[in-house]
Amino acid sequence: MSPMRTRPAPPTTMRLDPQPGEVIDRSTSVRFRWNGQLRTAYQGDTIISALAAAGERVFSRSFKYHRPRGLLTGSFSDPGCTVQVGDEPNVRGAHRLVEAGLDVHAQNVWPSLGVDVKAANQLVGRFLPPGFYYKTFMQPARLWPAYQAVLRRFSSGGTVPPVAPEIYFDKRYAHPDVLVAGGGPAGMAAAVAAADAGARVLLVEEEHQLGGHLRWGDATDLEALAHWREQVLEHEGIEVLTDSTVIARYDENWVGIVQRVGPGARERLIKARARVLVPAAGLIERPYVFEGNDRPGVMLSTAARRLINMYAVKPGERAVVLTANASGDAVVEDLQRAGVQIAHVVDARTGGDIVAARGRSGVSSVVLPGGRAVQADLLVTATGWTTPTALLNMAGDRPVYSPQAARFLPGGQAGDTVLAVGGLAGDGSTEQLVEHAAATGRRCAALALTARAGHAAATPTSPSVRGDGGDGDGNAAPAPEDPGPVPDLPVAEHPELFRASTHGFVDFSEDVSSQDIKLAVAEGYDDIELAKRYTTATMGPLQGKIELVNTIAAVAEATGRTIAETGTTTWRPSYAPITLGALAGRMFSPTRRSPLQAWHEGHGAHPLVAGQWIRPEHYGDPAAEVRAVREGVGIIDVTPIGKLDLVGRDISRLLNLLYVNKWSKLAVGRVRYGVMCAEDGVVLDDGVTGRLGEDHYLMSTTSSGAGAIWEWVEEWLQTAHPDWDVQVTPVTTAYTSINVAGPRSRQLVGRLVEGLDLSPEAFGYMHVRTGRIAGVDNCVLWRIGFTGELSYELHVPASYGLHVWEQLLAHGADLGVRPFGIEAQRILRLEKGHLIVGQDTDGLTKASSAGLDWAIKLDKDDFVGKPELAWATDTPGPRLVGVQPVDGRVVPPEASQILSGSGAILGRITSSRMSPTLGRAIGLAQVHSSVSDPGTRLRVRLRDGTDCTVVVTEHLAHVDPEGQLQEPEGAGDGSSDQVSSHPDPVARTPIPVTKPSGRLGDWVVSTRTATGPLRLSDHSALAKVALKTTPKSTFTEVMDVSHGRTRRTGDDLVIGSGPGEWLVLGPVGSQQELTDRWREQASDAEGPSVAVVDQTHGRALLRLTGLDATALLAKVCAIDLSEDLVPDGSALRTSVATLVTDLVRDDSEGTPSFLLHCERSSGQYLYEALLDAGAEFGVEPEGFPDEDD
Amino acid sequence: MMQLNCPWCGPRNVSEFHHRGEIVPRPQVATTTPQDWRQYLYERANTAGWSTETWYHSAGCRRFLTIERDTLTNQIRPVDNGSPEVAPVLGVAEQTGAS
Repeated sequence: MSPMRTRPAPPTTMRLDPQPGEVIDRSTSVRFRWNGQLRTAYQGDTIISALAAAGERVFSRSFKYHRPRGLLTGSFSDPGCTVQVGDEPNVRGAHRLVEAGLDVHAQNVWPSLGVDVKAANQLVGRFLPPGFYYKTFMQPARLWPAYQAVLRRFSSGGTVPPVAPEIYFDKRYAHPDVLVAGGGPAGMAAAVAAADAGARVLLVEEEHQLGGHLRWGDATDLEALAHWREQVLEHEGIEVLTDSTVIARYDENWVGIVQRVGPGARERLIKARARVLVPAAGLIERPYVFEGNDRPGVMLSTAARRLINMYAVKPGERAVVLTANASGDAVVEDLQRAGVQIAHVVDARTGGDIVAARGRSGVSSVVLPGGRAVQADLLVTATGWTTPTALLNMAGDRPVYSPQAARFLPGGQAGDTVLAVGGLAGDGSTEQLVEHAAATGRRCAALALTARAGHAAATPTSPSVRGDGGDGDGNAAPAPEDPGPVPDLPVAEHPELFRASTHGFVDFSEDVSSQDIKLAVAEGYDDIELAKRYTTATMGPLQGKIELVNTIAAVAEATGRTIAETGTTTWRPSYAPITLGALAGRMFSPTRRSPLQAWHEGHGAHPLVAGQWIRPEHYGDPAAEVRAVREGVGIIDVTPIGKLDLVGRDISRLLNLLYVNKWSKLAVGRVRYGVMCAEDGVVLDDGVTGRLGEDHYLMSTTSSGAGAIWEWVEEWLQTAHPDWDVQVTPVTTAYTSINVAGPRSRQLVGRLVEGLDLSPEAFGYMHVRTGRIAGVDNCVLWRIGFTGELSYELHVPASYGLHVWEQLLAHGADLGVRPFGIEAQRILRLEKGHLIVGQDTDGLTKASSAGLDWAIKLDKDDFVGKPELAWATDTPGPRLVGVQPVDGRVVPPEASQILSGSGAILGRITSSRMSPTLGRAIGLAQVHSSVSDPGTRLRVRLRDGTDCTVVVTEHLAHVDPEGQLQEPEGAGDGSSDQVSSHPDPVARTPIPVTKPSGRLGDWVVSTRTATGPLRLSDHSALAKVALKTTPKSTFTEVMDVSHGRTRRTGDDLVIGSGPGEWLVLGPVGSQQELTDRWREQASDAEGPSVAVVDQTHGRALLRLTGLDATALLAKVCAIDLSEDLVPDGSALRTSVATLVTDLVRDDSEGTPSFLLHCERSSGQYLYEALLDAGAEFGVEPEGFPDEDD
Repeated sequence: MMQLNCPWCGPRNVSEFHHRGEIVPRPQVATTTPQDWRQYLYERANTAGWSTETWYHSAGCRRFLTIERDTLTNQIRPVDNGSPEVAPVLGVAEQTGAS
C-alpha cells in the first residue's frame, strides 16, 4: 500500500444518523460563526462537535511550534480545542456549548488557521529545546526590552480586550453534609446512598450532563445512566450542579467550586464547607507518545466514543486503533457501527505497537513496526489512564504508583473526611464500583450526620442543647445506623504503555516532547519537580491532567529509575481554570456614612475617603472655612470620632490603666484629654473622656482608632481584669457629632439649647453636660477645643443629626456660620499645635517623643506602657516640635526629610500647611532631641532637591499658645439673644427611603407596598435598647433568654445577642420607656452592673422576608442557616457582606424572615449589598409596616 | 480555611477571629527589668505543638478566648475562660484528627 495516495476529499458533513445516547436536540438548529463564516449546529453541540460534524479537523495552532492541532480528548481538557469566543479568550471549545450568535475564532494563529507563518518554528524545532529562551535571551541585559517585544508576539493564548467588559461575578456559600465531586456512576451512587441516609448532598459535575463514561457507553450503560440520573434528580436531598468543577480543597474540607453559569454572570465561585468530601472524578485517558502523536486525526478512544455516541459525529473515514484496554475494544465496535472503515487494530496487550503518524495538516497514514504504513485519516489510541487525585493530594494524600494498574492509586492518607469512589479508588465492573460507592456514601452520611449533630449541640441558636431537649452530651440527634462495611475494589491488570520507539509530544499545551525531557535530564534536571519546571511539562493550561503520567514516565526512562522511584508532582489548587473575576466575586467593600453625608454631597463637599468613612474634605475653599471659624463660627461633622459608653464601678481603674495620665479625681460633669500607649510605650490613640454620672462615662477615640481601641479596652477587661466591673458599649454612630467652633459658637449654641446654662462660669472649658438641642433630647455637649477656638462638641442622637445641623445653619446666618471640612480642621489644629496620632507620630513614637511628657504620670502604680516610658525619660531621641520656614511662602511637603550639615537624617516634617490665620507656612516636625531647642535652624530637603530652612518654634502652637481664645471677648454667656423657634425634630433612618414616604411619629419612613416573594424593608425606626453585663451574670434569668435565642414579650422582642448581651426591640417611639423600664430592672439586679444603652439611633435594622431569604443570605454570609441549626427564634452575630452584622431569625406567619442589624453608618451599605445579592431572586424594597412589627 | 469551635458560638470560620498570639504573662510593673519586659513584649516560644493562645471572636460573640492549639495540626481544645460549660463538640476532622 502506498503511503503517498491522496486522501479522499473531506465530506461536507460527518453527522451520523441519530444515536441512542446523543445529547443533541436535532429539532433546534443554532447558527454561529467560526473564523467569520456562518456555521450551523444543533442545540447541545459543543463548539468543537459542531465543527467536527462539519468536517473540520484543525482547531488551533500549538503554543511553541504552531503545529496544527485537532481534537484529542474531546473534553474540557482538550489541548487543541481552545478558542476565542467574542471577548473571551481561552474558551475550552470541546466543552463550551454552542449558542446562537457566538463569534468563535481560532486563537494563536497569524494570519489564519490554515496559513500560519509562525509554523516556521517547527522547522527550527531543534533550536527550541527546553530553556531556549533562558539560554538565548539572557545577554546582554540591555536588549531585554527588544527581546520582550519580539517574544510577546509569539506568546500563545487569546486576545484580552483592552477595555475589560463589565461582567457580573458572583459568589455563594454552601454547607453540604456530603459533597460528591464527580457525577459519574460512582458519584451518583454515593450521592443517592448518602442522601437516602439523611445527609444533605451536593453533587458537582464538570460536564453538562450527569453520567460520566456511561454517556458514551453501550445499551447497558445507557440503561444504568437513565436509572441513576433519575435517582439523583428526583432526590430532594441532592442538589446537583452541572458544568461546575470542584477546584480546591483546603483545611477541614473548605472546598472551592467554580460554577459556569453562563451569560450575565460568567462564573460563580461557591465556597462550600463539606463535612465529608467524596472525590469521584473517574479516570482521565492519557495519550500515547510517538512521532506525530499531535497530528489532527490522532485521538483518544474516549474522544472518539464521545463524538460518535454523544454528538453523532463520525470521527474519520478510515481508522487504525491501538488498544490496550476495554475502552479501546469498545471504540472499535463504535467506529464500525458509525461506518468508519477499520484499517487495522493493534492490540498492545499482545505486544502490538505503532511507530508514527504521518501526514501534513492531519493524519494520512500510520506507520507500524517494521515500517509498514497503513493509510488512515484517524488513529485512535487507548493506552491507559491518569488518576486525577488532585482533591486527595490537597487533603494530604500521596498517591502511589501501581505497575500492575499502570497508574497512580490513592495512598490512603487523605484522612477520614475525604473518601474516594469510582475509578479514583480502584477498578471493577460498573456494578462493583457502584456497590463500593453506595457503601462509601452510607459511611459518609453516618460520619457527616454525627458531625452535624455535634455542630448543632455546639451552636447556641439550636434549641436542642442549651434550651430544651438536649441530653447534655452534645447528642442532639440519635446516632445514625451502622453504615456497614465498604467492600474493597480490585485493581485490574493494565500494560504499562507510555512511549513508542519514536519520540513525540508529552505536553501538548506547552509543546514539550519526550526528547525535550530526555535533554533536560541530561542537563542535570533529573528530579521530577526540576524537570517539570525546566521543561514546563505539566505547567500549561491542563496542569497535568493528560500529560502527567507520560512526563513522569519520560523522566523515569531518562534517569533509569522506576516510575515509583521518580514519584509524582504535586496537584495544587486550582484543579480547573477559574477567572480572576470569579475569585474576586462581588465587590464587598463596606463604606460608612454619617447621617449628614447626603447633605454634604448636596452642598458641594469634596469627598474624602478615610478608612471606610466617606467624609467632606472641604466645601470648595478650606482657607475661607478656617477664617470663618477664627472670626465667626463654623460647624463640622465629626461623627466618625470613636465613642464608647462605659458603665460600672471600676471605670476609673480602667482609665488609669489604659491612659498615661490620671483619672481618679475626674468629677461628674468634667472631661479630660487622655493619651493611650501600647506596652512598648508607643502612642496608640488619644481623645477625651467625660464623666456623665457616678458610674457612667463616655470615652472618645480618634476616628481611625475607634474599632481598635474598643477591642483594646475589651482585651484588657476580659483577659487581664475580668473582675473589674466595667461594661463597654460602642456608641460611635449612635450620635451625630457636630463640632461648633469659633468665637460666636456660644451664641449659636445658646439659640438652640434649652434648660442649659452656657455661661463660662456654669459650663467651663473641659466640661460636659447633657441636654436638649433644637427640640432633641439626650444630647451630650462637651466643651473642648481641637481647633483652638471656643467650641462645643454636640453629640446628637444620630437620627436627629440632620435636623440639628440644619437648625444650626438656619440660626447662625447672622453670625457668619458655615460648614467646614476635614481640611480646614487639619489647618486649625495645626495652627493650634494639636497632634494627630498616626500622622505626627508613627509606629515608634513613644509618648515622650510626641510632646506629651506633661501627661505621663510615672507616679501611678501601673499603666499600660509605664516601664518603657519610665526608661525613656530624659533619654535622647525624637521630639515633636513646631517649625516655621524662614521663607513663609514655602510649605515643605509632609514627610520631607530634615538633614544635618553632613546630610544625615535628623527627622522629618510630619504636618505642614499654609496658615490662613498667620499668612505664612507652619508645621510640626519629628526631630532628634539634639536639634529640638527653640530657635534651632534646620535644613529641609524639598522634593525638587533644593533645601529650605525652618526654625524650631517655642511652642507646638503657632496660634494662641496661651489658650486665650477659649474665652474670647464678646463670646457672650450663651443666653439666647433672639427668639429661638425651630420646626419639630425629624428623625431619619440610615437607609435611603424608597418612595412613597410618610411619617411615623418623628420618623420619615417608606410606605411602599410590596407583594413580591422576597422583600427587604427598613425597620431602623423601631426602638432598640442594648443591655450588657458579664456573661455569667444572673441577670440572664431576668432577661429570660440566653445568647443565641429570642423571646417575645408583649410588643417587644428580646434578642440574646451575645454572652451577657441583649437587644430589646420595641414599637416606634418607645425607646425612652423601654430604657427606663430596663434601667430599673438593672438597678435592682445584684452583682455586676448592667449597662442599658438606647441604641435606637445607633443601629440600622432591616427585615428580609421570603422563601428565598436563606438563599439570598447564602450569597453574603458564610453561616449555615439550615432549619435545624438556625431555626425560628435564633440570634447570631457574624459577617454579612464582610460587615459584622447581627442576624435574627424571626419568621412572619410561617414565612422565613430575618432581622439584620449593624452599626448605623454601615446601614446603607448593608441594604444595598442585600438588594444586589437578591436581584436574582427578585428582592424588592418594602415600606415600614403600618402595624407593629 | 480552618474553623474554630467558639465555646460561645459553635464552629465558625477562622476569618471571624483575630489571633492575638500566645499568652505571655505580664511582668510586675514595679520590679520588672528591661530584659524581662522586652521578653514579654517581643519574644514568643513559637512552639511546634500545643500552644496556649488568645483569640478574639471579633465578628461573633466578641469574647476573648483562651484556646489550646496544636500548631502542627491545628487541632484545638478549649480552656476554661469563663466560657459556658459545654463539651467541646468538634467537626469530623477534629474528631478523627485529620487536618
